[in-house]
Amino acid sequence: MATQDIYQAILGFDQEKVEELTQAEIDAGTDLDSILNDGMIGAMDEVGKQFSEGELFVPEMLMAAKAMKGGLAILKPLLTGDAAISRGTVVIGTVKGDLHDIGKNLVSMMMEGAGFKVVDLGPDVDVGKFVQAAKENNADVVALSALLTTTMPAMEATIAALKEATLPVKTIVGGAPVTQAFADQIKADGYSDDAPGGVELVRNLIKGR
Amino acid sequence: MIIVGELINASRKSIGAAIESEDSDGIKKIAKEELDAGADYIDVNAGIFMGKEPEYLTWLVQQVQESVDAPCAIDSPDPEAIQAALAVHKGIPMINSISLEKERYDKLMPIISGTDFKVVALCMSDEGMPETTDQRMAIADKLVNSLVQNGISLENIYVDPLVQPVATNDRFGVEFLDSVEKIMTTFAGIHTMCGLSNISYGLPARKFMNQTFMVMAIAQGLDGAIINPLDTGMMANIIAAEALAGRDNFCMNYLKAYRGGKFKL
Repeated sequence: MATQDIYQAILGFDQEKVEELTQAEIDAGTDLDSILNDGMIGAMDEVGKQFSEGELFVPEMLMAAKAMKGGLAILKPLLTGDAAISRGTVVIGTVKGDLHDIGKNLVSMMMEGAGFKVVDLGPDVDVGKFVQAAKENNADVVALSALLTTTMPAMEATIAALKEATLPVKTIVGGAPVTQAFADQIKADGYSDDAPGGVELVRNLIKGR
Repeated sequence: MIIVGELINASRKSIGAAIESEDSDGIKKIAKEELDAGADYIDVNAGIFMGKEPEYLTWLVQQVQESVDAPCAIDSPDPEAIQAALAVHKGIPMINSISLEKERYDKLMPIISGTDFKVVALCMSDEGMPETTDQRMAIADKLVNSLVQNGISLENIYVDPLVQPVATNDRFGVEFLDSVEKIMTTFAGIHTMCGLSNISYGLPARKFMNQTFMVMAIAQGLDGAIINPLDTGMMANIIAAEALAGRDNFCMNYLKAYRGGKFKL
């Protein structure tokens, strides 16, 4: 199956090949949804799994995502109907007072690789901005990142504000000083210690609605 | 080369646990080990305890200085915690660190202004992480000048140009290295300092990469580092690199290290 070739090309970090093969599959009339799910998202899931297991490292995640996005750019304009609707929308950002963004960027990237629409607000995002972005984008999940303990209270404040605005969003949190215990304490809907884990969380939270 | 021993950091599981259980002996032991291995300053960081940082940081300074006659590098992004620790610190401390982030700067500058403290000046601003040498120099320029205007002499300033993981951007090593060189040549008499291990985040064989980066940074003029002094490989690399960079008269330190068995790795 040629979607398997796309899958392998992504695992081989070969963007050119991914783009070639994607075009070839489209021309051959292969089901677009299958290209997307089996060829591309499936490959990124495998990348995430190998990363979590310590077999692949950060630069390889970046290369795989780049390769996949190359193919996705060719496929996307042709997706219509159900396939065109993203799996869900995630608003993500680092909380107010915190400028760290490397981890958040990895999470953003893996979420896009999983087929979600990601609205990345960047670092140092205040509570009001999260709420507004969640509203405007009809977000399914708001994902919060923090690397400083001094900014973790901003996570609590953001979650509280989202609840007060009675928005139908789930929240997930992450970042080096964050723990499951802290996530429970501030009533987040989920916590993960790595990007692929974050993707799983979002999938499950959206499925569960 | 100023060595700041990095081990007493609450984000390391054993230290976090020692702090919570008030394991005084545990902390004292590590402080002594770091000093004996060649640390000039003992870094103390209690940054994982929301709301309790001032209390724990103060306790750490006390334990360390009961154990060794050495200054601490007081390591916190929270001016309140720094102030609390300063109240008990004996001798001249290193403050790790100040930056151009407004809230941090405004609260911390009054505390360090006009003092003899060694000050680590981190190249960060409210505009986010600098990516290029030019962005770092723009911050360094502002920050160093305002420190000097606040009565802190260049000899007491250690600019940290901010190490970022090369795994996330091929250029991050080079931009840092070029920044070290530029800072050392732009401000005569200033120092540079950094916690190197960020460079290898997200990659395997981190120790090896960290040591190699240290050697490259010393070649560019780096003269301060926050490291694990018990890492014999790292310390050996530093000694050799310093001699190669012309900072070891008649290779005296190198020979002393050799005779002390420091190159038997």
